[in-house]
Amino acid sequence: MNLTLYVWRQNGPEDKGKLEQYEAKNVSPDSSFLEMLDEVNEELIEKGTDPIEFDNDCREGICGTCGCVVNGQPHGPQEQTTACQLHMRQFSDGDTLTLEPWRASAFPIIKDLAVDRSAMDNIIESGGYTSAYTGEVGEANQTLISKPDADYAMDAAECIGCGACVAACPNGSAMLFTSAKVAQLATLPQGKIEAAERVNGMTEAMLNAGFGNCSNHYECEASCPKGVSVKFIAKLNREYLKALPK
Amino acid sequence: MQMLQNSVGRKLVMAVTGLFLFLFVVVHLLGNSSVFMGADGINSYAEHLHALGPVVWIFRLVLLGLFALHIFFGIQLTLENRAAREIEYNEKKNLRTSFGARTMIYTGLIILAFLLYHLLHFTMHVTNPEISVGALAPDALGRADVFTMMVLSFQKFFISLVYVGAMVTLLLHLSHGVQSLFQTLGWLGANSLPVMEKVGRAAAVVIFAGFISIPVSILLGLINV
Ligand code: HEM
Ligand code: FES
Repeated sequence: MNLTLYVWRQNGPEDKGKLEQYEAKNVSPDSSFLEMLDEVNEELIEKGTDPIEFDNDCREGICGTCGCVVNGQPHGPQEQTTACQLHMRQFSDGDTLTLEPWRASAFPIIKDLAVDRSAMDNIIESGGYTSAYTGEVGEANQTLISKPDADYAMDAAECIGCGACVAACPNGSAMLFTSAKVAQLATLPQGKIEAAERVNGMTEAMLNAGFGNCSNHYECEASCPKGVSVKFIAKLNREYLKALPK
Repeated sequence: MQMLQNSVGRKLVMAVTGLFLFLFVVVHLLGNSSVFMGADGINSYAEHLHALGPVVWIFRLVLLGLFALHIFFGIQLTLENRAAREIEYNEKKNLRTSFGARTMIYTGLIILAFLLYHLLHFTMHVTNPEISVGALAPDALGRADVFTMMVLSFQKFFISLVYVGAMVTLLLHLSHGVQSLFQTLGWLGANSLPVMEKVGRAAAVVIFAGFISIPVSILLGLINV
């Protein structure tokens, strides 16, 4: 199939950038979205043009590195699917695709579709961990965790930190990302100890990085490639309330 | 006051003030509906209310404080949210959010403008003094004739239109706001959220229908002097 692409080209953070038109010819419906971009890039390189810069790593939907906004939706039109796992059979011959980078003031553009997501690392550094002393391996089942708690924490831990929630949010808020980590750790015994510092530190870091505030549009959940639920945002809010008197 | 600088802390202020404003709106609607019992209903309601004296003033000050906090943080949060996306998408598809959710600041500011008009109209009797308490004769029992003031006011089509229009913006504001405040207060989970979204919208519709029933009934001549 043949597609028309409008791709955001921007030479660096300071460049103004604009949408450029490209033709993707003879695309196999079995190829992935990123493989389609690889082929377009090969052609661009042959022509002596700069290839389109885009982030990717595992191409298995687990690392959270890939992602761009395809026709107004982060990671494209398929529900709960990263851009690397999106297949071209989702589109039809003659379609027009507009590719844009994650748009958020907290994510400066590095080049074209690649953005700098270190703001999310800053949030994690501000509390998204537990302080555990290393040493002897403990007894198995020394720390008991109920099945529902383990499942709940696992669901929150599904977040791969790709930033689609920020890209989708009308407020450019990182609440789903932040809340997934807060909820995961606050549910486990190891994380309860630092729960108050964590929620205070991480929400403060979120604002300082220039992310917006959540106003419950729930666009984040709808665009999350891992289906992380906004119930974790309610959990973060509860954790924040609990931490208030401390 | 660390909380008033925190993203979630300020959202909690929005939610708590929003909740109390919502409760005020419900009580206000219940009080106003005494107009359906005729002059005796609303005039005696108004008289009892004013007989509370200083309590009325405490109530008004609390309400003023709620509005001030809600408006201040509403504007501040909205400005921050806009700054968080300096460059807009050429194409953006929204999947979950609603018109009401995306227009909170506009519906909020229209409600504020309406509120000022509403106070000038019915509380301070500035906009239509000739048909307001003060110019109107007291009722048969010597009470301020709020009933006649309401009927003569809403018989004017334009005044009714302003009130109905303002209630449309309140409908939009609450259709998002009610479920949003429950989520912000952390009271929702995966199962209760979709239920609360429906309950919130239903509550907004009931309040809308309740308020507009007054000018509509008067325009239709169902309530008359
Ligand atoms: C009777 C009057 C009002 C009622 C009952 C009301 C109620 C509410 C409620 C329940 C919320 C949801 C809070 C949350 O998400 O946790 C809300 C949000 C909001 N209100 Fe109001 N409100 C009123 C007037 C106003 C006014 C006058 C403004 C003017 C600026 C305003 C601006 C906003 C904004 C911007 C939000 C969204 C804040 C955010 O989520 O970031 N509201 N309101
Ligand atoms: S490249 Fe790893 S998730 Fe897409």
